[in-house]
Amino acid sequence: MLAPSVTLLFLWMLVPLVLTLYFSTLRYNLLAPGVTAFTGLQNYSYFLSDPAFRTAITNTLVLVSGVLVITVTGGILLALLLDQPMWGQGVVRLLVLAPFFVMPTVSALVWKNMFLNPVNGLFAHLAGALGLQPYDFLAISPLASIIGIVSWQWLPFATLILLTALQSLDRDQVEAAEMDGAAASARFRFIVLPHLARPITVVILMETIFLLSIFAEILVTTNGGPGIASTNLTYLVYAETLLRFDVGTGSAGAVVAIVLANIVAMFLVRMIGKNLAA
Amino acid sequence: MARRVSRRHKWTTTILAWSVAMLIFFPVLWTVQTSFKTEAQAIADPSRFFDAAWTLENYVTVQQRSDYFRHFWNSVVLSVGSTAAGLIMAVPAAWAMAFVPGRRTKSLLLWMLSTRMMPAVGALVPVYLIVRDVGLLDTRLGLVLVLMLGNLPIIIWMLYTYFREVPSEILEAARMDGASLIAEVRTVLLPMALPGLASTCLLNIILTWNEAFWTLNLTAVNAAPLTAFIASYSSPEGLFYAKLSAASTMAIAPILVLGWISQKQLVRGLTFGAVK
Repeated sequence: MLAPSVTLLFLWMLVPLVLTLYFSTLRYNLLAPGVTAFTGLQNYSYFLSDPAFRTAITNTLVLVSGVLVITVTGGILLALLLDQPMWGQGVVRLLVLAPFFVMPTVSALVWKNMFLNPVNGLFAHLAGALGLQPYDFLAISPLASIIGIVSWQWLPFATLILLTALQSLDRDQVEAAEMDGAAASARFRFIVLPHLARPITVVILMETIFLLSIFAEILVTTNGGPGIASTNLTYLVYAETLLRFDVGTGSAGAVVAIVLANIVAMFLVRMIGKNLAA
Repeated sequence: MARRVSRRHKWTTTILAWSVAMLIFFPVLWTVQTSFKTEAQAIADPSRFFDAAWTLENYVTVQQRSDYFRHFWNSVVLSVGSTAAGLIMAVPAAWAMAFVPGRRTKSLLLWMLSTRMMPAVGALVPVYLIVRDVGLLDTRLGLVLVLMLGNLPIIIWMLYTYFREVPSEILEAARMDGASLIAEVRTVLLPMALPGLASTCLLNIILTWNEAFWTLNLTAVNAAPLTAFIASYSSPEGLFYAKLSAASTMAIAPILVLGWISQKQLVRGLTFGAVK
């Protein structure tokens, strides 16, 4: 019963991995087929010593941590707000959730053109109305702009998960603390936050997995530029492989990406595993 | 007295929450609204936000220029096809793990989960070359297979958590009454897990619809779904806001509606049951 799925997944994981490892030791360019040769670890030393690699790693880390800080803080605040009694809670929930369903290429294009464009974008119009110089977001601070766009997409995710967790909080406990005279800040610090600790960790780990491989947003908005200012690891491997056709170096980069993602995945899998026993 | 305070509290949170929600939703709203404007209105001063011609011209142009319906159909085939294929693979596996758990079931589940966490770019080169060499580059079949494999762990996991909630006594009773294994699964288990089955399908369709790594890298013309259709508007010649908005609206509307319908089940699927 298990065999078909397990076999398929095993092949899906193993075959690309082995091939990637194999290619990473070859001099292999798609533009020069037939002249593949074993080069040992040369691709790795080339990829790792390329200044672009350092930039890409820094950009990846800045991108992931920037989005995490914004979405987790924003998500906690929003979840707390949405958990309050209000009119039209269902509709508010749907509105907040919407960005998560917008496909990455759409949100990147809409933000790039209709909001961040220095001539016709909404922000340029607003700056003009306030008598300020329009700011060319994607040219001057491309990475920060991409962080903004990606945060907009992932804030709903964090909010939804944390809100769901909040709603399972034991109300009696909060009320008891309130009657005992605990201030709102103390109730948050000692009751709500500990309750949210696990969902927050889940949000962080899940988002990290997805954010490490952000691709479409960069492809559509900046193509990794200007220069390599907004190139992350995924985009760098893509550029080596499908733009420069250098399969060997691209594969070496891919192996680096796999190692990085595995470190995060290890923590996440262990956490979910603990939960499975219960 | 106490009631009046809580009423004021409710007003405050209502106003605050609606403002924040509108701010977050604004880009979507703005896009939909711009899609009904003329190009001149679309780049006009935003203080004339409500000046829309309410024209459908942009939608017509987008369809003529880049054939929306063909891309839409590709998206439908890819998301529904890969979901159906995934279900066929996943139901037996989830059944086995939920009702005949062995010593290794837990580690097997976690291992499946970890395959989902492999960065796609790590498999880009081999998958690209394999798909190219078997002649499936830029075909819907090739993408259905790749996307199915990518999401199989999620499908198995979700089904597993739903199957576990079906009491095994009911399945045993069916077996006592002489039901074959297939009849047992088809007439007892699947109907009982139907809500779970439905939300698994929905989540998977949403994920596939918006998937923008494989769909961009393994397609060119024939199999290109809506993600690629929209990406083609990033070239300068496509820079017309009203038409861009119309194309965007058409790309996101179907899945936005599906997503809103299935939001309650989403949390469970997205966190592999870690948050319910």
